[in-house]
Amino acid sequence: MDTIKIVLAGQPNVGKSMLINAMSGSNGLKVGNFSGVTVEKTELCFEHHCHMFEMVDLPGTYSISGFSQEEKVAHKYLLNEEYDVIINVLDATHLKRNLLLTLELLKLNKKMVLALNMADEAKKEGIDIDIKQIEKIVGVPVVLVSANTKEGVEELLEKVHEVADNHDRIKSNITYSDVMEEEALEIEKFLAQKGFALRDLSNREIALRLLIEDKALYKEMHDEPIMLELQPLILKARQHLYTHHETKDVQEIKANEYHAIARGIHLETVKCQRNKGGKTLTKRIDELLINKYLGIPIFLFLMWGLFQLTFTVGAIPMELIDSAIGAFGDWVGSNISNEFMRNVIVDGIIAGVGAVLLFLPNIIILYIGIALLETTGYMSRVAFLLDGFFHKFGLHGKSFIPLVTGFGCSVPAYMAARTLKSEKDRLITLFIIGFMSCGARLPIYVLFTGAFFGAEQAGNILFIIYISGAMLGLVMAKVLRVVVFKGEDEPFVMEMPKYRFPSFTLIWHTVYNNAKSYVKKAGTFILAASVLVWVLATYPNQPLLEQEYQTKIEQSSKEDATVLENELKMKKLEQSYLGQIGKVSEPVFAPLGFDWKMTVALETGLAAKEVVVSTLGVLYSIGDEVDENSNALARELKKNISFASAMAFIVFVMIYLPCLAASMVFAKEAGGYKYLLYLFVFTTVTAWVFSFVTYRIFIN
Amino acid sequence: MVMIMQLYRDKGIKMKLSELHKGDKAMIKKIDSSEDLKRRLASFGVVRGSELSVEACSLGKKTMEIMVDDTLIGLRGEEAKEIEVEKL
Ligand SMILES: Nc1nc2c(ncn2[C@@H]2O[C@H](COP(=O)(O)OP(=O)(O)OP(=O)(O)O)[C@@H](O)[C@H]2O)c(=O)[nH]1
Ligand SMILES: [Mg+2]
Repeated sequence: MDTIKIVLAGQPNVGKSMLINAMSGSNGLKVGNFSGVTVEKTELCFEHHCHMFEMVDLPGTYSISGFSQEEKVAHKYLLNEEYDVIINVLDATHLKRNLLLTLELLKLNKKMVLALNMADEAKKEGIDIDIKQIEKIVGVPVVLVSANTKEGVEELLEKVHEVADNHDRIKSNITYSDVMEEEALEIEKFLAQKGFALRDLSNREIALRLLIEDKALYKEMHDEPIMLELQPLILKARQHLYTHHETKDVQEIKANEYHAIARGIHLETVKCQRNKGGKTLTKRIDELLINKYLGIPIFLFLMWGLFQLTFTVGAIPMELIDSAIGAFGDWVGSNISNEFMRNVIVDGIIAGVGAVLLFLPNIIILYIGIALLETTGYMSRVAFLLDGFFHKFGLHGKSFIPLVTGFGCSVPAYMAARTLKSEKDRLITLFIIGFMSCGARLPIYVLFTGAFFGAEQAGNILFIIYISGAMLGLVMAKVLRVVVFKGEDEPFVMEMPKYRFPSFTLIWHTVYNNAKSYVKKAGTFILAASVLVWVLATYPNQPLLEQEYQTKIEQSSKEDATVLENELKMKKLEQSYLGQIGKVSEPVFAPLGFDWKMTVALETGLAAKEVVVSTLGVLYSIGDEVDENSNALARELKKNISFASAMAFIVFVMIYLPCLAASMVFAKEAGGYKYLLYLFVFTTVTAWVFSFVTYRIFIN
Repeated sequence: MVMIMQLYRDKGIKMKLSELHKGDKAMIKKIDSSEDLKRRLASFGVVRGSELSVEACSLGKKTMEIMVDDTLIGLRGEEAKEIEVEKL
């Protein structure tokens, strides 16, 4: 089977990723309504008409001469890699601006198809585009498509086949300004007289590129004897251009020329039925959402609402899951006769995995919130609203995007930081992403707030936890900015996308994928960790201790016997491997009011934050004879842990190192393991200090 | 002072983008930013000669939202100071 390698290039947020999803009939690529959703090149294969289509999704780029890190990925790929066809995706409702990139892409001399995406929106906005005319002007096939309604997608696939097989190019009919045309003609004539030829470039093309200072071409022609005679010609032409454009900046001249061309094409091919200047829906929503006074309060209110919902709505199915898990544990317990197996499964696996699964509803609600933020277009608005505030703390407004992603999971958040252009902004953001409590920490908070506060209070407390984590992150950003990463401010310019009503499938997909991976993790990683924790908490056997108690129990009355039995269990647990580990590190955490079980839970949490809950589940279900569910766990916690210790524990969890997977990604994104060491020291020390202060405040 | 304010309210006066208010329309006369920023602005359609309108300002004009060619752009007041416009 033949393979066609196709790369999608276009400005940010024009729907490249969604178009690949539509073309391949899958939902593999992440889609969101803001610039910089895709930050890494992503590949996806599918079959079409007996050809293998190898699609490469690139991060969006405004122009070929880069700006931020993720845009550079796109340039590097387009300039240096091997591929067959470029699909240049344009937003049909913003054709003029999108054409600027097209003009640059045309200079690559590759096989290309233009996909004018968002056909459905264009129709709604009364925009009528003359496809044939654009084709004639730019000299490559043009297809009107909609990744949303899938219209034109089949035609686009056909066109790609056609272009891949065809080797001739149609001549383009792009006209520059009169001055430019005049001067280019001079040089073109001269080149023709000399009989000069270079690669597959026409003389006109060479002339144009010389005039707008194409560095690569200069390098290529540097040693050509013809340059000697060309130079005076070019210089003269430049003078003419300088006076015409009122500037001596060739880049600016180039920009002006390209703008004029794009404007020309737009004028010639796009008809807009609707009169301009009317208030669009987007403008009306913006009147409210980025209102001078109301903007930030509205944002805070929405966040508060999200956490309220997370707790209250999440609590509804929780009881159900809780009793289901409990019943399942009992059933398994009564059906397994082998004592060892029963204990591993009931006290280890079901206690641990069950404790984590219990919080699935909360996780789902949180992810719905984040998905809405990402797909409606509100994300960029909040970045806009918060930039002034963030700036005071030495952060860039755009940092909001990775930070808010961090509320879901730190791993994509670290990668999302690539949209920040300045290296210092990016590093500061990387360091404080951990302060945005990720979804996996949510179960710990829900467990503790549920145990130590009433149901009416818990949602508010949850909100306070998240907000104070974020505020602390900002303060830390300021500290880092002043002490470590001093430097210039980066400008803030950002496209504000149109508001879009998120489709159900889009939200469903994001949420479903995240929920699935949460459950999967519970069934694999957490399960293994629970077994490990159970084993470490049960062994070594202590026959001496057991014998001692056995005789005592036999001699005592019935009530005393149960007390003694419980005492034995506690003693055994304390002398287990896990108990011994906990005891070693207990002194470090004693000033924070943590007992050894909490200490161990925190340590296992370095692997993954869900493990904190599963470890507590296992430890407390071994220690006491209660049914294996977390409501019981919450009761156990309340019985065994003081309020002050619990608060200190929450604070510690809020700040300390993210999980192993996230830490690895952090090291990669920051550029070395030494940064991970810094992060470890930075977060652990901060966590300890703040936890200590919290404990001291609440103990009185 | 009042005189100056009066003058600024007049049409056709050259001023900085940062001095415009919500609802104002203007044409860009000159951009004095760094190379990088100039290029980025250009790719948004913000070049000499393009028309813009101010859609929103955050408190204290820390950031402004402007519309150029149907594209909404958010930028800082600081950056807006470097853009010279003529009020329409
Ligand atoms: N109505 C409509 N919306 C679309 C269409 N294609 C994409 N969108 C929306 O446009 C937004 C951007 O889509 P993405 O696929 O993430 O865009 P992208 O080009 O990959 O963006 P980056 O990865 O940031 O460069 C999303 O909100 C999509 O729902 C379309 O054909 N019609
Ligand atoms: Mg994308």
